[in-house]
Amino acid sequence: MKRWPSLTLFTVILFALWLLLNDSLAPGQLLLGLILTVIIAASTAAIRPLRAHPHHLLTAVGLLFVVLIDIIRSNIAVAGIILGPAKRRFSSGFMKIPLDLRDPYGLAALACIITATPGTIWAGLSPDGGTLTIHVLDLQDEGAWVRTIKQRYERRLMEIFE
Amino acid sequence: MNGMLPWAISFALIAVALAMIFAAIRLLRGPAAEDRVLALDTLYVNGMILVLTLGIQFGSRFYFDIALLIALFGFVGSAAMAKFLLRGEVIEP
Amino acid sequence: MTMDEIPFWADLLGSLLLISGGLLTLIGSLGLLRLPNLFARMHGVTLGNTLGLGCVLLASILIASIHAERFVFQEVLITLFMISTSPVTTILLMRSGIYRKRADTEKEPVSGQDTN
Repeated sequence: MKRWPSLTLFTVILFALWLLLNDSLAPGQLLLGLILTVIIAASTAAIRPLRAHPHHLLTAVGLLFVVLIDIIRSNIAVAGIILGPAKRRFSSGFMKIPLDLRDPYGLAALACIITATPGTIWAGLSPDGGTLTIHVLDLQDEGAWVRTIKQRYERRLMEIFE
Repeated sequence: MNGMLPWAISFALIAVALAMIFAAIRLLRGPAAEDRVLALDTLYVNGMILVLTLGIQFGSRFYFDIALLIALFGFVGSAAMAKFLLRGEVIEP
Repeated sequence: MTMDEIPFWADLLGSLLLISGGLLTLIGSLGLLRLPNLFARMHGVTLGNTLGLGCVLLASILIASIHAERFVFQEVLITLFMISTSPVTTILLMRSGIYRKRADTEKEPVSGQDTN
C-alpha cells in the first residue's frame, strides 16, 4: 500500500488518455478503460525504480506558462537567426552551468524544458551531477543564459520536486 | 463565401512540402550519419504536419489517426537509430 | 461538411495559425541547409517540432470543433506525445554527435572527412 498515491495518479492519467483516444464516454469504453488501466498500472508499478514527490502544483502551472512563453519567444529568435546574416549563424557553442537540482524527476523535466526550447539543447550532466553542459545557438552572453535557466526553471523545479 | 481558409491551407501545404524537400536534400547530402538521422526525424515531423493539414482541408477525423501513428513509429525509428549511433546497439542485454 | 459555414473569426484565426505553422516549419527545415554544423542544425529542427506543429494542431482543433459543433481535442494526444518524445531523440542524437566527434579526433586529429 505504500505505492498507492502515485499509482492512483498514474491510473487516472492513463484512464483519461484512453477515453481521449477513443473520443467517447460510452459505458463499455469506461469499463474496458478501467480494467486496462488498473492492470497496466499494477504491472508497471514493479518496474518503476523511483517515486516522484511533486508538490506545489500551482508552481507547476506557473512553470508551464513560463515555458510556453519562452518557447514562443525563442522560436522567433531562432527564426531570426536562421533567416539573418551569416555572421550570427556561426556563434553557436557549448557552455557549462552549475546546477543545484538533484532530484532525478526534476532533472528529467529540466532536460525536457531545455531541449524543447529552441536555441538550447541539453548536452550532458557531469558524473557528480553538479555541472550541466548545454549547447546554445546564440552564444553571445553566457551570463544571461545562466540567469535564465537558474532563475526561471531551476528555482521553480526545486520548489516542485524537493 | 469566406475564402481565406482554403488559401491558408494551400499555403501551408506548399510550405511544408518545401520543408520536406529541404530535409530530403540534407538527408542525401549530410556529411555525418547524425545529420541523416536528424533529417529523417525532421522529415517525419513534416510529414505529420502535412497529414494534419490535409485533415483540415478534407474535414475528416481519419487523418488524425494517421498522424498519431506517424508520430509513434517515427519516434521509435529515430530513437532507435540515434541509440545505435550512440552505443552501437539498440537493445542492450 | 463544406468549408463555407464557418464564422469569420474562426476563418481568420485558423488561417493565421496555419500560415504561421507552415512558415515556422519551412524556416526550421531551411535551418537544416543554412546552419553550419550538426549541433547548430538541431536547433532548427526544434522550431518545427514545437511551435510549427503546435500551430497546426491548434488550427486542427479549432476547425474540427466548429465542424463537429462540440469541443474536439484529440489533438492534445499528439501534443503530449511530442512533448515527451522529441527531447529524447534530440538528446540521444546530441550525445552521439559529441561521442563520435570525440572518437574521431582521438583517432586522427586532422580528419579531412568531417567538415563540421
